[in-house]
Amino acid sequence: MSFINPTFRHPELPVNELGYTKKDYEGTISTLCAGCGHDSISGSIIRAVHELSIPPHQIAKLSGIGCSSKTPAYFLGNSHGFNAVHGRMPSVATGAAMANRDLIYLGVSGDGDTASIGMGQFTHAIRRNLNMVYIVMNNGCYGLTKGQDSATADEGSASKKGDPNPFSSIDLCATALNLGATFVSRSFSGDKEQLIPLIKAAISHRGFALVDVVSPCVTFNNNAASTKSYEFVREHAEATGTVDFVPMREEIKAHYEPGTSTEVTMHDGSVLHLRKLEEGFDPFDRASAMSAIARHREAGKVMTGLVYLDRTAPDLHEVLDTVHRPLNTLSESDLCPGNHVLENINASLR
Amino acid sequence: MNATDIKNPEYFHKVVDCQWACPAHTPVPEYIRLIAAGRYDDAYMVNWESNVFPGILGRTCDRPCEPACRRERVEDEPVAICRLKRVAADNKTDSEIDQRLPKVPRRKNGKKIALIGAGPASLTVARDLMPLGYEIDMYDEQLEGGGMMLSQIPAFRLPIEVLRQEVNYILDMGVVTTFNHYVDSLKGMLEQDYDAVFVGTGAPRGKDLPKLPGRQEAEANIHIGIDWLANVAFEHTASIGKRVLVLGGGNTAMDCCRTARRLGGEDVRVVVRSPFADMKASPWEKEDAMHEDIPIYDNHVPKEFVLEDGRLQGVVFEKVEAVYDEDGGRELVPTGEDLVFMPCDDVLMAIGQENSFPWIERDVGLAFGKWDMPVVDEVTFQSTNPRVFFGGDSAFGPENIITAVAHGHQAAISIDLYCSGKDVSQRPPPQANLLTQKMGVHEWSYDNRVEGDERYLVPQADKKRTLKDRKLEVELGFDVETAFYEAQRCLNCDVQTVFDTPKCIECDACVDICPTDCISFTANGEEQDLRQRLSAPAGNLAQDLYVSDQLPTRRVMVKDENVCLHCGLCAERCPTAAWDMQKFLYGVTKAGA
Repeated sequence: MSFINPTFRHPELPVNELGYTKKDYEGTISTLCAGCGHDSISGSIIRAVHELSIPPHQIAKLSGIGCSSKTPAYFLGNSHGFNAVHGRMPSVATGAAMANRDLIYLGVSGDGDTASIGMGQFTHAIRRNLNMVYIVMNNGCYGLTKGQDSATADEGSASKKGDPNPFSSIDLCATALNLGATFVSRSFSGDKEQLIPLIKAAISHRGFALVDVVSPCVTFNNNAASTKSYEFVREHAEATGTVDFVPMREEIKAHYEPGTSTEVTMHDGSVLHLRKLEEGFDPFDRASAMSAIARHREAGKVMTGLVYLDRTAPDLHEVLDTVHRPLNTLSESDLCPGNHVLENINASLR
Repeated sequence: MNATDIKNPEYFHKVVDCQWACPAHTPVPEYIRLIAAGRYDDAYMVNWESNVFPGILGRTCDRPCEPACRRERVEDEPVAICRLKRVAADNKTDSEIDQRLPKVPRRKNGKKIALIGAGPASLTVARDLMPLGYEIDMYDEQLEGGGMMLSQIPAFRLPIEVLRQEVNYILDMGVVTTFNHYVDSLKGMLEQDYDAVFVGTGAPRGKDLPKLPGRQEAEANIHIGIDWLANVAFEHTASIGKRVLVLGGGNTAMDCCRTARRLGGEDVRVVVRSPFADMKASPWEKEDAMHEDIPIYDNHVPKEFVLEDGRLQGVVFEKVEAVYDEDGGRELVPTGEDLVFMPCDDVLMAIGQENSFPWIERDVGLAFGKWDMPVVDEVTFQSTNPRVFFGGDSAFGPENIITAVAHGHQAAISIDLYCSGKDVSQRPPPQANLLTQKMGVHEWSYDNRVEGDERYLVPQADKKRTLKDRKLEVELGFDVETAFYEAQRCLNCDVQTVFDTPKCIECDACVDICPTDCISFTANGEEQDLRQRLSAPAGNLAQDLYVSDQLPTRRVMVKDENVCLHCGLCAERCPTAAWDMQKFLYGVTKAGA
């Protein structure tokens, strides 16, 4: 078994605007099971961040407990990281985001860490529209403890050694929509062409961005009776449309026939091109998104793509009107502005 | 593209770049692993079976394998393959090797072969045919076997004991040698009762510049390089003037200048017509010459030998520059600068060699073609006289030792077929074996970790001593510890990534883990189109794409072989063992097999 990645890379790897290759965004070698969908998501994160030319030190990756939450060791080895208590990643992310608003917060969680033990934390981070990317590596089972059904396992789905699941599942995208999430998307670990632009869009979104990624557990939940297996998802995934992400600094190279593409400008100036959108589906309308999810579920399909986007809602910093600089850049004179300021405050209260 | 046919042994053979580049197709990674394991006798025999002269070639080979080495494409320098080979020879147990040499049957098969010349080609033919029961007579004008390895390669590069040992492995099989005898008539040979005659007489004539002014008059101080080297080797020549000009830029020029330094030359210079980068000499031989304080003057064309009172005073050169046309053709154009005069006492001419067959009568049914060279079949090495075979430099002009060995193996096959009354054009297929290296879950029977070390230098003896003694070997060879580290640099390119399409579940794990982005899953297309669409640029057209059958998602797996590290991570991360690491052992079939 290899524990160290070879140092050699392809000699003609593309470099991004910072002069970095993909290698500068990699982590240590994965210790997850061979073929785990999570590794593909790690690979997609590496490519998305590299292609966005984000300096690695401007990202903080946070996670809880579980197979999914081990993955930050396997990507962005030069970024900040925090491995929190089970289900408590959103609290840590909230604290960090409040203290330093300049970093990009990349939360990585699993279905257990999010939909069971961390459900309370997850919902409140959404409710507050915390400015973070929240990636759920969703395999419908507890892989780290031998594959018991999780709260996102579909009713009737059975894992490798298990009986059909008698409970209805929690749909994280539907939950997030209900709670007022401002960016909701779903993808599949085996579809990088869709996942990478979605991660990029989530990063460029200001506010809470959920990326729920169906990620098969090859060891416990990749069998014929499972609805989270590679084969099932490939056969039943239905994209609501195609997402092309064009970063702010890049020229738009592709040309779209008028009427076939919806252009969305994100907060940082990047542009999303939504193409081939399903008829009657409007990703800017919460009710339309919710009904689309319900419609797909009833048809036995896994709806993927950008589900919902709201660029106008204020994020937590705006709501709280916090200071515009990271706390660690505030000097003593900023924090103790002097007696005259105190006197002004006192005078205003008299 | 069609799915790659990995049943064709040449596909995986080509992936083993070093072995593919070697004229004799020596299984390089196989013996490098044996050296790393300290199994020097085994490593020596793997070499000996294939290239016949591991100790000699480990010091003198032109190393076509090294520029081909995959390591050069991911790092800077190739594995020191050649000098590792020497480690096997240096550390072998002689008594053990004696036991392993093939046994020669006492009962002969009744066929008798004459070998003309005792160089690497003839010796290889003898090596392959003696164990089959042939009787072999070998003729050479020199006093012992070895051919140009004896007369032209200086002892400070190849000690005579090393040469004799490996030549004698073959002669001791019972070859009947007639040395100190110049064969002056092929007709005479054909009139004897030989079933076949093999000509391995090399390219014995050094080129001259007969028309240059002063050439004839300065004869006493102008020497033909290979003849002069032979005279030094046989101790007819023991000194040279203090100021020596060596004309030419090949390996013979390098041997001449370094030998001159040892025979009294103090101001020795190499002067060559072409630019430094275009010189025919191997880069390491140029380095060794410069290390011995021999400057190389490039872009200088000799114009005249200058004499005074009937004695050579120096050479006049015209400065030129190389102009290249679109087809890569080169013209040396005078720069118009003043002529350059270089004073000297002696001149050594090493400007090339050519074949010469004054001893072959033109009426023995043996056709001669272009450049007055015999017409020889490139596969069978048979001449137009079916009883006469050629090999080594005498077949197609000057090459190198390893090429002569490769010729010898093929000529031996042809002679064996011919003597058995079979069709010489029916060549035996190569031997190929593909064997999984899986030992357990994520465990391989080869060391798959890729070491980041840079190439190790071969230590040399003290220059003060080597320049005083022309027989003192300059290179000391790797010690076994350094050899181990150097051997670990080998990427094990013979351990192939073998893909089994029906097992693949398209989870992308291999794509994600591959450190060099070799693997892609994509829609099929024409090769040119596919090369544009892979995970990383696939611009090295000399390296193949490995394409699978169509997968359930109607995509194919495409692997660019170019910079694959053979680290096995794809197979380790594959949940269904669709990827497996399998050792591919390829061997050129020898005569009688």
